[in-house]
Amino acid sequence: MATMKAQPAVYGIMGEFDSPEALTKAVHRAHKLGYRKMDAFSPFPIEEINETIGPHDTGVPRLVLIFGLLGAAGGFILQSIAAWIDYPINIGGRALNIIAWPAFIPITFEAGVLSAAFAATFGMIGLNGLPSPYHPVFNVPGFDRASQDAFFLCIEATDPMFGGASGFLRQAGAVRVSVVEH
Amino acid sequence: MQQSRGLQNTAGTEKELSPFLGPELNYTGISEKLGGIPLTGLLKTPPGWIVAFIIAFTLFVVYLVSIYVLLLFGVGVWGINIPVAWGFDIINFVWWIGIGHAGTLISAILLLFRQNWRNSINRFAEAMTIFAVACAGMYPILHLGRPWLFYWLIPYPNTHGLWPQFRSPLAWDVFAISTYAIVSILFWLVGLIPDFATLRDQAKNRFVKTIFGIISLGWRGSATHWHRYEMASLLLAGLSTPLVLSVHSIISLDFAVSQVPGWQVTVFPPYFVAGAVFAGFAMVLLLAIPVRAFYGLKSYITMEHIDVMSKVMLATGLIVVYGYSLEIFFAWYSGNVFEEYLLTNRLTGPYAWIYFGLIFCNAISIQLLWFRAVRRNLALVFIISIFVSIGMWFERFVIIVMSLHRDFLPSSWDMFIPTVWDYSLYLGSFGLFFTLMFLFIRFLPMINIFEMKMFLHQAREKDHLREEAAASAQAGD
Repeated sequence: MATMKAQPAVYGIMGEFDSPEALTKAVHRAHKLGYRKMDAFSPFPIEEINETIGPHDTGVPRLVLIFGLLGAAGGFILQSIAAWIDYPINIGGRALNIIAWPAFIPITFEAGVLSAAFAATFGMIGLNGLPSPYHPVFNVPGFDRASQDAFFLCIEATDPMFGGASGFLRQAGAVRVSVVEH
Repeated sequence: MQQSRGLQNTAGTEKELSPFLGPELNYTGISEKLGGIPLTGLLKTPPGWIVAFIIAFTLFVVYLVSIYVLLLFGVGVWGINIPVAWGFDIINFVWWIGIGHAGTLISAILLLFRQNWRNSINRFAEAMTIFAVACAGMYPILHLGRPWLFYWLIPYPNTHGLWPQFRSPLAWDVFAISTYAIVSILFWLVGLIPDFATLRDQAKNRFVKTIFGIISLGWRGSATHWHRYEMASLLLAGLSTPLVLSVHSIISLDFAVSQVPGWQVTVFPPYFVAGAVFAGFAMVLLLAIPVRAFYGLKSYITMEHIDVMSKVMLATGLIVVYGYSLEIFFAWYSGNVFEEYLLTNRLTGPYAWIYFGLIFCNAISIQLLWFRAVRRNLALVFIISIFVSIGMWFERFVIIVMSLHRDFLPSSWDMFIPTVWDYSLYLGSFGLFFTLMFLFIRFLPMINIFEMKMFLHQAREKDHLREEAAASAQAGD
């Protein structure tokens, strides 16, 4: 760790709450007070918290749109090259030129959906920085319950107001406050 | 032992928050109950599961033997002939893929409509989709004649200098079904990631913990991640919805684009989609009713769920019945001698009993579902679901075999008589389906853990708001 430049000694301060309501309240208060470098951890998505902490632009919809259109265009071009330019063949008297485009629509649509679904899945995983087998928050005692029934708020050391974080969390009703080691 | 959390709001009283949630549920309990099933040690596997799995696996062996015989001797081992070139294989293909559609409907369309009751059945129904699509997908491949050359269906630059025929609905099918299978698997896996993390943290066994640790991708429940995750789920649902409608529509075009009497009908795409959902809900009920009893999941899959699913079955069933009546109308209205003869053949021909069986199963038996008492009677719902499954199979038989076996020229008429290998492959596909299904309910969380907790949280919030409104109304008096 010594070789890394100017890394704070700890990752942050973690407060544990015993209900989603308590966590929501704490997040709202922290946000009001001006804390910005923070993240909440819960066993299920809580809409109000996501709206406060989550990024305004998740980036996923844009990826899905771009890849969906690229996939659809790819599907259409593939069919055009194959059945119109490279190997036109008369089947049931259907047109051999571009007038036959409606016949290409089903596959164009499927290719678009396929590509968009890959973008949604892997875009979400990639933008979330997963897979990440190690993360400092896993060091917090009792954090294994974050996927069961406990609710956490972590204020990161990079936040300018980090100095008061421990006191804030206690005041906000955290049942347990711990330091998050790297 | 850590105390149970999430009990605070109920203040000690177990009150019913939603008819779709058992009254005693809390966050800890949901994790322990639903996560406990896949985490049960191998030696503690319930004997009932082992017996059921052995039966399913035996049928799976029948499937493998049937495929072996088919590969050895060719499609001649089946009862297909000319004119009935599409026999059991295409009937079963359409039947299985239809069953799969209910899963996507539950997981995608009901998500978009914010029908939260879907949370306890969606995982299960999605698994059913994937396994049903696997069963379905095998049939057209086996029917190819030389199944080992199935990759010729995929467009790739090859030394033959050949491409698939993109103007044919049969080539559209390849894309529709493979896209459907892949998107369903992606959607299912995305839903599983947070639950894998729950299981990772719950597991006591080091090996099991490592496995779930790897497949959970290090999910830590961060709000930033959840935010993006919810967006991705919503987009996948939005993509799956038109996809599922397109898949069965494209399958119906395999028929509707041809000129065979009874096939060239414009009502086919919507009629096929409704039939698919109808059959699919019947299968979801057939699976859910025994599983909820066996694993004691009555708080998760409530009578209200059975009731709602029965209503969906009734509604889609009525659309299908409308399709049947339109078919009769078309036959008369077209003034076409071949279409008219098709109707005569359905009502009085050698396979007429199948047509009447279809009407009994799909049009008459479901009328009982109008009654609330029937919808809440598990035995009756189960029996009606069996009838619907049989009825939908009959429907495909009527469409495929009855149209083909007596078409335009009486000199080319013939009968389709299935052989033992037709039956064994059909029976065996149940083996494939149930082997996968039993492995799934044993080793993966069959009910979405995090969505159940979210559903409980939302129900509590709603209840809380109601109470506050009531309190302020009282204060205002």
